[in-house]
Amino acid sequence: MSPTDPLLTATGLRKSFGDTEVLKSIDLRIDAGRVVALVGPSGSGKTTVLRCLNGLETPDGGTVAFRGGPSVEFGGKVSKKEALSLRDRSAMVFQGYNLFPHMTVLENIIEGPVRVQKRPRKDAVADAERLLGRVGLAGKRDDYPFNLSGGQQQRVGIVRALALQPDLLLFDEPTSALDPELVGEVLTVIKELAEEQWTMVIVTHELAFAREVADEVVFMDGGVVVEHGHPDQVLRDPREERTRRFVQRLLHPF
Amino acid sequence: MDWELLRTSFWPMLSGGLTGTIPLSIASFAIGLALALVVALMRISGQPVLSGIARFYVSVIRGTPLLVQLFVIFYGLPSIGLTIDPWPSAIIAFSLNVAGYAAEILRAAILSVPKGQWEAGHTIGMSRALTLRRVILPQAARVSVPPLSNTFISLVKDTSLASLILVTELFREAQQIAAFSQQFMLLYLEAAAIYWVFCLVLSSGQSALEKRLGRYVAH
Repeated sequence: MSPTDPLLTATGLRKSFGDTEVLKSIDLRIDAGRVVALVGPSGSGKTTVLRCLNGLETPDGGTVAFRGGPSVEFGGKVSKKEALSLRDRSAMVFQGYNLFPHMTVLENIIEGPVRVQKRPRKDAVADAERLLGRVGLAGKRDDYPFNLSGGQQQRVGIVRALALQPDLLLFDEPTSALDPELVGEVLTVIKELAEEQWTMVIVTHELAFAREVADEVVFMDGGVVVEHGHPDQVLRDPREERTRRFVQRLLHPF
Repeated sequence: MDWELLRTSFWPMLSGGLTGTIPLSIASFAIGLALALVVALMRISGQPVLSGIARFYVSVIRGTPLLVQLFVIFYGLPSIGLTIDPWPSAIIAFSLNVAGYAAEILRAAILSVPKGQWEAGHTIGMSRALTLRRVILPQAARVSVPPLSNTFISLVKDTSLASLILVTELFREAQQIAAFSQQFMLLYLEAAAIYWVFCLVLSSGQSALEKRLGRYVAH
């Protein structure tokens, strides 16, 4: 593999929950330093795609390959260890933050670096403090999550993911659980990360944000990728009728 | 009121409590709790055989009287060639009993922690065991303190049953002095008062523990 290969290639991802086929052969390629926005109606499978990339779900078939490994082919006999190896390259930011409520902000952030990656505590703390400062939360280091607003909690969630130094950041509707007035502070942080060339996949309903930040928009519906391309094209001048209807619905809800 | 008898009987009873009731309770609770965690994890493991065994165990323990369990171990086992001294018999019986009840408490507490906590552990690279230890159990501990305190307080009182298998503890001291002095009312009320004080201390310990474990939730 050469350095110009995509950071991540997913091919033919399939996943069913019971009788419901949620993903019907999804292909995705994500180049290093690029931001991909996954959009689509609820139930379209976009969150499931994200979860498959992080090993939170095991696809029924298909391949997920990172440049430089691991590369996992699902469907046959996949060892648990193999499937779990995927998460070493990526980190997830959840819709509901999922911070550890019994740990302080700092403890939340250094838990992975110290306990899993076995980095020296001192380094992990220094890193965490630097990252907290960057998202404007330097003073919150010793607070418990319940003392923070939703926007602050989500910024901690982002820092917790960054602290793992992953190659790929995955955002699962990072602002959907927030009060409207708190959405901006989280989107600003994500935008800054984009400017710093972090590679990101963002599942979002914020089309204006996707158009501004994403290098590529992937529109999914019914478990397939309906169309993908430059944000201006997909969101302003969709080729497919389904995309057009979705964009219209979000722009003019009533 | 026979104040002299009250005074002279107090020390043997208290000492029976301090050297019998309390160590018996603490040892049985500690072992029982460890066992309960194993049973609870078996129960939620998703493995039919393991969870079946756990379910059966809980059913047997909860479905039979503690006194009968105690007698089976102390008086029953010798007939199949297994003789166990009073103290170990009592600890075994009480631990197994606590495990049956506490397993259900821990199972419910573990399941009460939101699934997103497991997922957050996963995404930062933790194994399931590490997530359980660092993320899930500390949160489960908080919600299980009140029901586990109930179990512990019940246990402290239930250890009086050990007097029936010759363990020297608070109530056996009371029985012996009562038999000797024939002052049943006085001595059994005195024993009851000492149990009550023990349990009051435990209740305040429970409050302190709840406060400490609850420091990270909104009040």
